[in-house]
Amino acid sequence: MIKKLTLSALAALVLSVGSAAAAESEAHIHDVDFSFEGPFGKFDQFQLQRGLQVYTEVCSACHGMKFVPIRTIGDAGGPGLPEDQVRAFASNWEVWDPELRDTRTALANDHFPESALPNAPDLSLMAKARAGFHGPFGLGINQFVKGIGGPEYITNLLTAYTGETTEMAGTTLYENPVFASGYIAMTPPLSEDIVEYADGTPATVEQMAEDVSAFLMWAAEPKMMARKQAGFVGVTFLALLAVLLYLTNKRLWAPHKGKEQH
Amino acid sequence: MSGIPHDHYEPKTGGEKWVHKRLPIVGLVYDTLMIPTPKNLNWWWIWGIVLAYCLVHMIVTGIVLVMHYTPHVDYAFASVEHIMRDVNGGHFIRYMHANGASLFFFAVYIHIFRGLFFGSYKAPREITWIVGMIIYLLMMATGFMGYVLPWGQMSFWGATVITGLFGAIPFIGEPIQMWLLGGPAVDNATLNRFFSLHYLLPFVIAGLVIVHIWAFHNTGNNNPTGVDVRTGSKEEAKKDTLPFWPYFVIKDVFALAVVLAVFFAIVGFMPNYLGHPDNYIMANPLATPAHIVPEWYFLPFYAILRAFTADVWLVQLVSFFTGGIVDAKFFGVVAMFGAIAVMALVPWLDTSSVRSGRYRPVFKWFFVVLVIDFLGLMWVGSQTPTTFTSWFSLIASAYWFGYFLVILPLLGLIEKPLTPPATIEDDFISHYPDAAKAPAE
Repeated sequence: MIKKLTLSALAALVLSVGSAAAAESEAHIHDVDFSFEGPFGKFDQFQLQRGLQVYTEVCSACHGMKFVPIRTIGDAGGPGLPEDQVRAFASNWEVWDPELRDTRTALANDHFPESALPNAPDLSLMAKARAGFHGPFGLGINQFVKGIGGPEYITNLLTAYTGETTEMAGTTLYENPVFASGYIAMTPPLSEDIVEYADGTPATVEQMAEDVSAFLMWAAEPKMMARKQAGFVGVTFLALLAVLLYLTNKRLWAPHKGKEQH
Repeated sequence: MSGIPHDHYEPKTGGEKWVHKRLPIVGLVYDTLMIPTPKNLNWWWIWGIVLAYCLVHMIVTGIVLVMHYTPHVDYAFASVEHIMRDVNGGHFIRYMHANGASLFFFAVYIHIFRGLFFGSYKAPREITWIVGMIIYLLMMATGFMGYVLPWGQMSFWGATVITGLFGAIPFIGEPIQMWLLGGPAVDNATLNRFFSLHYLLPFVIAGLVIVHIWAFHNTGNNNPTGVDVRTGSKEEAKKDTLPFWPYFVIKDVFALAVVLAVFFAIVGFMPNYLGHPDNYIMANPLATPAHIVPEWYFLPFYAILRAFTADVWLVQLVSFFTGGIVDAKFFGVVAMFGAIAVMALVPWLDTSSVRSGRYRPVFKWFFVVLVIDFLGLMWVGSQTPTTFTSWFSLIASAYWFGYFLVILPLLGLIEKPLTPPATIEDDFISHYPDAAKAPAE
């Protein structure tokens, strides 16, 4: 009995400490209800197109996306632009061609360029390289319904500027409580109506932040919808197989367990 | 296979006899599949099949990945992204491989703890146990090197930390570390040799798995009672056993299907759950991540490594008596490898005359605490060190060693075990009372 009590006390202690630690690190990131979360979540094609516009007109001034081939913005399960638009879009970019040893107009088969500013991180995988959620108890199980929180991190970061600045070694830093150190070198990139959405969606800072976060999630995980589909098919067929094997096993063992066969 | 008496393969037709005389391969397969297996095996015995599946799963997905991967510091990260974006089905194959490692370790831990509870390590199965422990060590080496290949931040810094452990060995540590890395730091040479070994070791594991299976086919499976199969005659043995095919194959494959359904849900719906976000940032030798955390399956031993800091009196004592040769770092390394070594030596540390934990009323509780201890170490290994976690990991590490080095040797002498059933048949009938009147086959 004493052992049992000790065990449950120990378990309670572990759990409470875990939750305290988790609560501390999660305080800043608020959840955004993205369309692609959960086992059946899908990308919103129009949101991805808006996000692509924000990336092209705002982020790409400094940040590259060198792992993302331009042609994939025409893929199903992504922004899904028609082929002629993909080609026209590609021709807006200049890329470095190692064979020409010069820059040239991009083709759809080229990747997006690298970051224009050397200290601006590449955004290809940003939505997977940050985690907004770690709970509950630091176990991260909520990923199953909410995702890992990478896009939420980006949305929160883009909207969390306080307006305060500080100077450090000659560089101006902007106060942003979502950023790990509290101060970030990136100037607040979004302001009301900095882009004009083709579909007439009002370009509020919140709206643009969510759109570009969704787009970056697609950029980081372009096959997400295909993956979920494959996972669903896999689980369904394995569950079916398991039922059949369960019945086979039951019948196989019945004579040896002295049970009646059905 | 010797041991339990049973019917062996008899070639019947002329063709079968011709082959059998020259290469008795059909007989080998037949005897392996038809091995008499204790009929009271419970669901804890399904993980062997899961593990065999895992090895094949990892080799098959791994071979496909190698076709598209480039082991070079400048291209490795980009080639993984190429797999994720351009290779047909590449994203799913990569996630199956990455999460397959977790399934492999999940299964091996249950398999090991099953053995620890039911006394599967005890005579005459010591060699099965030792071979299993070598397989486990090789799995850890393979898993570690595989995690380095995507060349993300955790790959790079994990490799730096782990190879640094070898550098802690007095006098010869630094040359060993340099030899492992192929240079003074983790670089292209490291990536190349890790890639080479990551491809090689699974086949060494496959060879040892054959030895592992051979060994327990020779002694026969253990079972939940720990009572031996009666080997007096074929008839007696038949009352305790059923052939592996089809009875246990179907049972195990059913369990495998259930396990894989969960596995596919993780791969399909949360494939990065067990990974670390930092590994989606390309390795950068100039930027150290805030927390360097190993993969979850290394965490218990990582916690033991970190538990022995310089302010622990035991470490200070050892350091004093060795004239500072054994410092806190080396002590931690010894403790970490020692934690696995004591587990490997358990056949000679456990003095109890009863094999199965089912009939050891006191042992049961110590075992439950060991499982909680293991999970606690896993949790504490993932935490950033605080005063609480350093105490917790020290106590938990002490229990791990105490269990194997003190509790098991003494408990076997003190404890009064219950009487196990006389035969496996009795145990089976106690679960399935109707089995007694079932017609014998």
